[in-house]
Amino acid sequence: MRRAGSNSAFSLTLLGLGYLFLYVPILSLVVYSFNESRLVTVWGGFSTKWYRELFADRQLMDAAWVSLQVAFNTAWSAVILGTLAAMLLVRFRRFRGKTLFGAMITAPLVMPEVITGLSLLLLFVHIGDLLGTPIMRGMGTIWIAHTTFATAFVTVVVASRLTEMDRSLEEAAMDLGANRVKVFFVITLPLILPALAAGWLLAFTLSLDDLVIASFVSGPASTTLPMKVFSSVRMGVSPKINALATIWIVAVSLAAIFAWRVMARGERRRRAQQRGKR
Amino acid sequence: MTVAFARRLRARLPGARWLVIALPFLWMLLFFAVPFAIVLKISFADAQIAMPPYSELLTRTEHGITISLNFRNYLYMVQDSLYVSAYLGSLKIAIIATFLCLLIGYPMAYAISRLEPAARNVALLLVILPSWTAFLIRIYAWIGILKNNGLLNNFLQWAGLIGEPLQLLHTPIAVYVGVVYTYLPFMILPLYANLVRLDPRLEEAAFDLGARPWQVFLRITLPRTVAGIVAGSMLVMIPVIGEFVIPELLGGPDTLMIGKVLWEEFFNNRDWPVASAVAIIMLLLLVIPITIFHNYQSRELEKELA
Repeated sequence: MRRAGSNSAFSLTLLGLGYLFLYVPILSLVVYSFNESRLVTVWGGFSTKWYRELFADRQLMDAAWVSLQVAFNTAWSAVILGTLAAMLLVRFRRFRGKTLFGAMITAPLVMPEVITGLSLLLLFVHIGDLLGTPIMRGMGTIWIAHTTFATAFVTVVVASRLTEMDRSLEEAAMDLGANRVKVFFVITLPLILPALAAGWLLAFTLSLDDLVIASFVSGPASTTLPMKVFSSVRMGVSPKINALATIWIVAVSLAAIFAWRVMARGERRRRAQQRGKR
Repeated sequence: MTVAFARRLRARLPGARWLVIALPFLWMLLFFAVPFAIVLKISFADAQIAMPPYSELLTRTEHGITISLNFRNYLYMVQDSLYVSAYLGSLKIAIIATFLCLLIGYPMAYAISRLEPAARNVALLLVILPSWTAFLIRIYAWIGILKNNGLLNNFLQWAGLIGEPLQLLHTPIAVYVGVVYTYLPFMILPLYANLVRLDPRLEEAAFDLGARPWQVFLRITLPRTVAGIVAGSMLVMIPVIGEFVIPELLGGPDTLMIGKVLWEEFFNNRDWPVASAVAIIMLLLLVIPITIFHNYQSRELEKELA
């Protein structure tokens, strides 16, 4: 007889098949990036020539540089705004407009990108009209657009950390006479640091990944990496894209392992704290 | 006297509290809420060959200010069958894809929630990891798999299951595969969050009372995960309705989706007012699901607070 709360062989098989579905496409990309043949699906022997061609592609490298800069700036601004927004939602009891603010923070999580992109572009054109000079569209406008939707994601991550956090430390510091600002920097911030790191990485990858919104708000001088990849994929498949994908996958996996270790360490520390309390 | 005055002055000055409220609030107001008002405004304008390519609603003449609202863009939406079938096409693809995500995602979330606590984090990380690799690149991977001479057709021919390659790429099947592949993690995460909180003793009690596994699932587990199912479904369905990249790269010319129509009106026809009208109608369709999702999200936060 089956024990409740454990897995049957059947449900483990379904889980395994699910992972197969998730990982076969990614593995196929990696394998064929080392393919000698130009035909992406015919094996012609091992080769690293597509990596050399990738790094020799000036336009692609320029686009990658633009994307990295935007993603880096977005990550910082989204973490700052998202942390403030999370404090606002979780720690502030009530203020006029809190409902509106909650709606403005959750809507970007699901809003179709074409709508966000179009509306932001129209905003920039409009502001240009009001100022009398058109706003230069480029890295700045992409940064604003990315910060706006990435902030929503960071807020959710930080808010859920804030709600599960033990508040007694904050209260103790407050009782001892520290003001709110000091309590935040000395007590709260170190405790939610793992969530901020996770939010930073999330904002960075969201920005690096975005094609649709950037296409609306970018100018002629700033092509991001996804925009470049999109136009070359529309032309047809190229093993260079496989090489790019492989580099990306390796970078993401390293970041994931790092994040997992930080998480595991935090978990251990939390358990130790709980044991200490008993 | 002076101390009291200083205290009163400090209470009046915008302090840290005010700054914390103002900065994110104003940012989201300016860059998220206000733009929708502008989209609404431009959806009533005429297209013009100018920069920006639309007419002004308010014009100052010698008789004062005249307002010209133009409902023609909305008339198009109703009269031209292209828009109607694109909206319906998006809705159909979103609903079927959401159901498929649920069908694949539920058993996965269920199995993960029943792993050893230490293994759960790794299993979840493995679900999220693919969505950290670029979205475009994952869609590109499916082009390589689904092509006529792609991996899947080669494999099926090698296995002797088919003689001729199947046409998979540029069909609705490819769009469904792409959508399910991309949005599956968004279904699994809220389901998992819901499943992992269930009290296993309830199921144990049902088993002890002689219920069969499927009875336990249908009568104990499933009804207690409705919130997770609704949240996951909204997280998948709403963005899929406006999806552009997947139908563009994996679908054929007959795959009509409203996000693609908006893109083409904007970038190919340079008709900003019609693109704005398309966006406004799409938003109206999404108001109800977004409200459902928002209510779930705020309930989740409050549940953790309690």
